[in-house]
Amino acid sequence: MDFRERIVKTETLAKDIHLIRIRSEQITGKAVPGQFVNVRCSNGLDAYLRRPISICSVCPTDKTFDIVYMKRGKGTSLLCGFCEGDMIDVIGPLGSGFTMPSAGEKIAVVGGGIGIFPLLYLLESCNGVNKTAFLGFRSKDAVVMKDAFEYASNKLVVATDDGTFGVKGFVTKPFFDWLNVNRPDRVYTCGPLPMIKSVAEHCVKKKIFCEVSMEQRMGCGIGACLVCSCKVKEGPDFDYARVCKDGPVFPAEKLIFE
Amino acid sequence: MDLSVNIAGMKLKNPVIAASGTFGFGKEYSKFFDLNKLGGISVKGLTLEPRKGNEPPRIAETPGGILNSVGLQNPGVHAFIRDEIPFLREFDTAVIANVAGNTVDDYRAIVEILSDADIDAIELNVSCPNVKEGCLLFGSTAAGVFDVTDAVRKVCKKPLIVKLSPNVTDITEIARAAEAAGADCISLINTILGMSIDVEKRKPVLANVMGGLSGPAVKPVAVRMVYQTAKAVKVPIIGMGGISNESDAIEFMLAGASAVMIGTAGFVNPNVWVDTIQGIEEYIKENGFDNAADLTGALIE
Ligand SMILES: Cc1cc2nc3c(=O)[nH]c(=O)nc-3n(C[C@H](O)[C@H](O)[C@H](O)COP(=O)(O)OP(=O)(O)OC[C@H]3O[C@@H](n4cnc5c(N)ncnc54)[C@H](O)[C@@H]3O)c2cc1C
Ligand SMILES: Cc1cc2nc3c(=O)[nH]c(=O)nc-3n(C[C@H](O)[C@H](O)[C@H](O)COP(=O)(O)O)c2cc1C
Ligand code: FES
Repeated sequence: MDFRERIVKTETLAKDIHLIRIRSEQITGKAVPGQFVNVRCSNGLDAYLRRPISICSVCPTDKTFDIVYMKRGKGTSLLCGFCEGDMIDVIGPLGSGFTMPSAGEKIAVVGGGIGIFPLLYLLESCNGVNKTAFLGFRSKDAVVMKDAFEYASNKLVVATDDGTFGVKGFVTKPFFDWLNVNRPDRVYTCGPLPMIKSVAEHCVKKKIFCEVSMEQRMGCGIGACLVCSCKVKEGPDFDYARVCKDGPVFPAEKLIFE
Repeated sequence: MDLSVNIAGMKLKNPVIAASGTFGFGKEYSKFFDLNKLGGISVKGLTLEPRKGNEPPRIAETPGGILNSVGLQNPGVHAFIRDEIPFLREFDTAVIANVAGNTVDDYRAIVEILSDADIDAIELNVSCPNVKEGCLLFGSTAAGVFDVTDAVRKVCKKPLIVKLSPNVTDITEIARAAEAAGADCISLINTILGMSIDVEKRKPVLANVMGGLSGPAVKPVAVRMVYQTAKAVKVPIIGMGGISNESDAIEFMLAGASAVMIGTAGFVNPNVWVDTIQGIEEYIKENGFDNAADLTGALIE
């Protein structure tokens, strides 16, 4: 099996935030929102492991999908060196996706930082649904894909920690205000731990269906090595689930946040 | 040309086996390639009772390798027999049960149970660095390895492989103890105890602080230990530690291994096992060998 696919486009969206568009019949044919791909950043021994990156958007007609990543350490820095026309080694789609809403339902997505990307694919994939998106960023320079989210939702609320764009403060504030006057059928969240924890706990308390996309360091990415654990409730006890296979999407009420 | 090898009374169709803990119970990788192609599969380390394993994060990337601190998370031996063996037996490949315990009694009990199960061999893990009790404690002294192996040997009705830890001063002394106590085969190396620190957070990367190093970074240490062990014992050896391709695998065989196991490299290349088998076949052809078994110890010194 060969996992190499052609890059058809690369684009810098903001400082240290880059998009790669990849053509793959195999991946676009199977992917569902919430799933990820495992990307090989180097051919050598540096940045040895693959890096998990969410599928951000899929174009079925062109058979392409987008990943958007933030340059952080070794692997993502190497990714910045990939160009249009290059081949990239990607395994996917991996993991279990979000539960899709039914037509006529009302949903909200709450995303922060690099956690917003899988939520775009979700919004783009559900039709006939009333969709509100809440996105949080550090500051104005970090705001990306605003137009795409605006297009894919009925209402978009952006918050920045420093108030340089949209509402000032954490995105949970406008979301909780909205929840006081709205009752969505489903809430989906992905982003920094304090954010997803507070969204999840709030929804569980109010008995609102909520799914959370989790992050963990991975080895195999396919469920075989048990390194990517996440604590979940198991009857009166707890268990470790695999983020790569049982997740990354988990029902909020199953998760144990520490 | 014949790729098959005989170890400990087991005939493997080729010398390439999936290493314990990196391959689960085979289901996940069966979506990538036909498990019939493998010489064998060593399953995730089993204990008598189910184990949850250690707190995450359980993995750290290091230059050319990884540190892991899974800590023997497994469903227990009974669930293995009930839920996993039927699937593994759909394939024509050797099934090796990797076992661990806290006490000699634990080891004896689990081996007794597995002796009546439909598996091909038992691999005694006396070398897991990621659990607080037992395991590595036995593996770090010759007397400890002798005691566990001896106790298990008396109840074991399957070929018995003893998997050694590299975290010892003299590997040959430990290997001789395993052989003297009745091991049919020796496998090595398990992971090398290591540690990694996040300098921004000034904290260990692994929640467990320390973990086991595997992957290409450990290969020279592993080859050296296989070489030394092969000179010290008569029983066959399964070599592992950082194998990523046929040339790595052949290196271990030349050093004295009769078969090899591959683990970590599969995280990067899920086809590494089949690619390696194919590569060994080509090497044999090109270098005038008749069969894979002739590679063992064919080092020119
Ligand atoms: C299911 C899933 C989906 C993700 N989707 C995206 C996305 O769409 N866009 C994006 O920018 N990032 C995403 N991430 C996070 C991304 O995987 C990490 O930022 C990336 O692995 C960091 O690699 P590095 O080489 O830059 O960092 P390094 O520090 O060099 O990485 C060292 C090791 O730690 C791992 N690691 C470091 N940070 C993380 C992290 N936050 N999560 C998991 N592993 C980590 C790396 O994979 C690598 O094995 C996702 C993570 C997961 C688990
Ligand atoms: C995530 C992980 C889990 C492991 N679990 C076990 C185990 O349960 N039992 C065991 O004997 N060895 C275990 N090992 C060790 C491997 O079987 C092997 O000895 C080691 O990783 C060296 O080989 P490699 O470099 O090809 O991975 C584990 C290794 C890894 C990376
Ligand atoms: S990364 Fe191996 S099980 Fe999830």
